[in-house]
Amino acid sequence: MGPHTLSQVLRHIPILNDPRLLVGLDTSDDAAVYKLSDDQALIQTVDFFTPMVDDPYLYGQIAAANALSDIYAMGGKPLLALNIVCFPDCLPHTVLEEILRGGAEKVKEAGGIIAGGHTVRDAEPKYGLSVTGLAKPGQITANTGARAGDVLVLTKPLGTGIIINGIKAKLVSEAAASEAARSMSALNKPASEAMLRHGAGACTDITGFGLLGHASEMAEASGVTLEIDFSALPLLPETMDMARMGLIPGGAYNNREYLRDRVKLDEKLKPEEQMLLFDPQTSGGLLLSIPAPGAEKVVGELAEQGVRAAIIGRVLPREEKLIRVLADARC
Amino acid sequence: MVHKTVDCRGLACPQPVINTKKALEEEGITSITTIVDNDVARQNVTLFAKNAGYEVAGETKDGVFYLHINHQSGALPQKEAALQQPKTASPAGLAPVYLITTNSLGQGSPDLGQVLIKSLFTTLAETDPPPAALLFLNTGVFLTCDGSDVMSQLEKMHGAGTAVLSCGTCLDYYNIKDKLKIGSVSNMFEINNRLTGPQKVISIA
Repeated sequence: MGPHTLSQVLRHIPILNDPRLLVGLDTSDDAAVYKLSDDQALIQTVDFFTPMVDDPYLYGQIAAANALSDIYAMGGKPLLALNIVCFPDCLPHTVLEEILRGGAEKVKEAGGIIAGGHTVRDAEPKYGLSVTGLAKPGQITANTGARAGDVLVLTKPLGTGIIINGIKAKLVSEAAASEAARSMSALNKPASEAMLRHGAGACTDITGFGLLGHASEMAEASGVTLEIDFSALPLLPETMDMARMGLIPGGAYNNREYLRDRVKLDEKLKPEEQMLLFDPQTSGGLLLSIPAPGAEKVVGELAEQGVRAAIIGRVLPREEKLIRVLADARC
Repeated sequence: MVHKTVDCRGLACPQPVINTKKALEEEGITSITTIVDNDVARQNVTLFAKNAGYEVAGETKDGVFYLHINHQSGALPQKEAALQQPKTASPAGLAPVYLITTNSLGQGSPDLGQVLIKSLFTTLAETDPPPAALLFLNTGVFLTCDGSDVMSQLEKMHGAGTAVLSCGTCLDYYNIKDKLKIGSVSNMFEINNRLTGPQKVISIA
């Protein structure tokens, strides 16, 4: 659902104030956080979606990596996961077996346990997980913790929405498609562990609302403005080629419409470069707000583990707009 | 002047862009009107056509968008720009485009394959007119990088106006982008434009 519709609908849900609920509905965060004791907090999230790739095993991996990511974005470790499945009668059972195998392997890689699940008959397959995780209450990397003076780190390349569209159009090379698949199915576990080691103040994962959608949630919740340097953004191979050809997902246009008054984009950015900033991501990376020395260490340590992270901007005191995007901060 | 109408009503993204692209690539088509019924398709088709060097004028009737796509007056679209590339093209015909996807010609002994590929480039460098473009993909990109056996032949053709393009994804994949010695880094979009241009395409695989 688009950010505009979602915020309209959620307005009518009463917000309950309980001191044990550390993160709830009000700050547009990735997961709910509930304080169990002074040294333990429970993190709860759910995420599922329709297939974006043809291979059921890969789809299972991506959906699971995406659901687990919400736990990582809060600074937690996954404990238990429950499968959520919608599946049609007309497809062979082996397809579902492959989806679940992909999901189970990702949960295992994350150090969690799949403890059950629920299935519903539906015309179109859908898969995802409800995940329960644990964190230390003092280490929750909520959206509210970005501070002016921090820098911004993004831990996966952008462009999955555009590349998926390009794959549908049969214009993406095999090498670029498998690079995108690798990126979408990769856990945000190393990125989450690195940010906890080096003192990130805030974190969110980049998914359906695009880089600027999720960045603006963080800016709003923290009362700051985020400055993003377009030239520093890590991109999946062939993303700009596909964007230039007009292979922009509809969700990107929805995201741009919703954010129109909250972001200021450099006039030097070409139309396709602007759209990339709103491109809905499937199982995207983490966006961190972190002091500069820690950021360098996070990027360096992740590079050693084969994770493409980059410093993409900085946190400023709150200005009129939530986000400011420069074409090239070096100019 | 051949005009074509491409009706994309009811089609989901990315189909309107693909259908528009296919129509523009057809022989002899100089202008098209793409009809779409949603704003995402309108914006995407416009973005595609403008970036491919066309002029786009849009009108709306009863919630349906009519996008009139024409060659830009003054500037030539990429497809025709390719046509002008080989300045030495003989009037009898256009110089061909070579698509090179290997650094070893043919199957069998790799040593023989390398001898043959060198022989091919020596021959190409002597042809008149020289090729319009050399497109290097997959292991073909090793030929445009440091350590290539055919650098002098490439330099001769490049100097005579032959476009030398190496696939960026391939250079990245083999981790040799910093070793590129001749021509420029290209992408599938540009390569595809060359392949669908008016020249004859010869594949070396």
